[in-house]
Amino acid sequence: MIDPIISMRGVTKVYGEGPTAFQALKGIDLDIAQGDFVAVMGPSGSGKSTTMNILGCLDVPSGGEFLFKGRHVETLDRDQRALLRRRYLGFVFQGFNLLSRTTALENVELPLLYRGEDKKTRYDLGMAALDKVGLKDWWDHTPAELSGGQQQRVAIARAIVTSPDVLLADEPTGNLDSERSVEIMQLLTDLNRNSGITVLMVTHEPDMAAFARTIVHFKDGLVERIEEGMAA
Amino acid sequence: MLGTTVILAFRAINRHKLRSFLTTLGIIIGVAAVVTMVTLGNGATAAVREQISSLGANVLQLRPGQGFGRGGGGPRPPDFKERDLTAIENQLTGVRAVAPVVQSSGTAIYEGNNWSTTVYGTTSTYSEVQQWKIADGRLFLPDEEAAGKPVCIIGNTVRTNLFQGAEPVGKRMRIKGVSCQVVGVLATRGQGGFGDQDDVVVMPIKFVQRRFTGDRDISQIMVAVDDAYDTSTVQTSLEELMRERRKIKAGDQDNFNIFDTKQISDTLTGTTTILTQIVGAVAAISLLVGGIGIMNIMLVSVTERTREIGIRLAIGAVAREVLMQFLVEAIVLSCLGGVIGLALALAASLAIAPLMQVPFLFDIKVNLIAFLFSAAIGVVFGYFPARRAAALNPIDALRHE
Repeated sequence: MIDPIISMRGVTKVYGEGPTAFQALKGIDLDIAQGDFVAVMGPSGSGKSTTMNILGCLDVPSGGEFLFKGRHVETLDRDQRALLRRRYLGFVFQGFNLLSRTTALENVELPLLYRGEDKKTRYDLGMAALDKVGLKDWWDHTPAELSGGQQQRVAIARAIVTSPDVLLADEPTGNLDSERSVEIMQLLTDLNRNSGITVLMVTHEPDMAAFARTIVHFKDGLVERIEEGMAA
Repeated sequence: MLGTTVILAFRAINRHKLRSFLTTLGIIIGVAAVVTMVTLGNGATAAVREQISSLGANVLQLRPGQGFGRGGGGPRPPDFKERDLTAIENQLTGVRAVAPVVQSSGTAIYEGNNWSTTVYGTTSTYSEVQQWKIADGRLFLPDEEAAGKPVCIIGNTVRTNLFQGAEPVGKRMRIKGVSCQVVGVLATRGQGGFGDQDDVVVMPIKFVQRRFTGDRDISQIMVAVDDAYDTSTVQTSLEELMRERRKIKAGDQDNFNIFDTKQISDTLTGTTTILTQIVGAVAAISLLVGGIGIMNIMLVSVTERTREIGIRLAIGAVAREVLMQFLVEAIVLSCLGGVIGLALALAASLAIAPLMQVPFLFDIKVNLIAFLFSAAIGVVFGYFPARRAAALNPIDALRHE
């Protein structure tokens, strides 16, 4: 494996203190290569969500090392991690998490606003991202006027509009029927293959995990096993 | 970055128009109330000053008796005589004009119309002292004055009620049973601090003394002070002169009083200014309540938009940007409220000022202060909710239902 973009060494995470403390992660070692498509699986409470939060630089480990593009994230403060997310990461959530009463384009433009892009750049990049997910003609629709599959595609457009290195998807198909789910997975696969975006996806559906190159199984706060997916 | 937050703030406000309007309503009402009150108050002060100056600027009114609220028992102090008038004219420095006044009240009749009014007996110098202007016709002629001829100049209220549109100059009317000719009409002076100043009939003093009061006494002497002299100095020498003339022993109280219009003017405008300040302060409390309203809604808004904040944080907004967004939102809301409030105040003042018969005085300073105050309220009451939003943990915020 050459130059992993993400590298975890003995990462632990403890919630709470004293006798009520709960150890969610008990020492995770994980390397993810640039351009990989990783599915993270495991029962609830296995630590996969905690791991994803740390991978997404939303949370910090209690112990161990987490390197993102060679940077020790565990030493960064809140705002430094926010800037890391802004520059290199894109998020897709199970619940879509679009801003209500806001058009698809405005939703997609949001990360560009925080990057301080001007109006024209925002429009151009936003429309290009919507085009990639096949929703160019729906740019002025609000989430309430879009179907679940369309909303998730807008969310993906928002995640990729900044051309991130890594796309983190937390149960992206969890709220969708199987037909829409396959469409979303094909879109993610396409982005992984053609745009070179590293995709990390949490799912509990083996059908969806099958789209990945690598499948990481979690159990009781540890990585149980790593296997190759069908796409590998 | 500020540009971004302003865009975001306007988008958020636009997305929740009704809520934004209700949020800012407190500020709108507060600013409108303060500015309207202060504007009208200033107008009222100006009106009072104007009315008092219509009594004559720098005029001393000399009357028998001890003035307002004093006096009490004992014989009525004597009126003034014509020689007092001459003495004031000749012996006092700094006097521009002196006019005697005899007052009487009675009914004026013209072609079946009745009107109860006040009759002033005076000389032509009165118009000089009081700066009364003739709107129509003329002042008394010297021979009319010397002989005390039955001629009169009427105020506008008398004209309206008695002549009802007819041209009064040259007509004959009856006053207290005596026929007299109208030679002039006074320019309108409006409601003074002492009643309707247009409700008068002015006649030569000799006529009033002969036909109405029956003696040659003068009940009041108006002394106009030359602008080059200090009113209070002239007032002091006038007092000394009158004490001497009325043979008042040292240590005894004056049996006359001198009324300084400038002094009354200062007192009355002082009163209206204080009233304006009190009413303005009460209105300012409503502005404060409006600010608390903004904080209230912003706090609710932060809770309601927790997920939105989570999304923004996940996307890569730093804490300061979230803080700024909510702070700018609060400031934009309160500033919008301020602007709408100022517009309302302008409309209300323009509408109410004529009803209150006060002039509309647009005071840029009051408007500016009210606006800046509303902006400051946005900062103060927006900061706490904004800090709360910025302190949210992105993971918890995203999970928030």
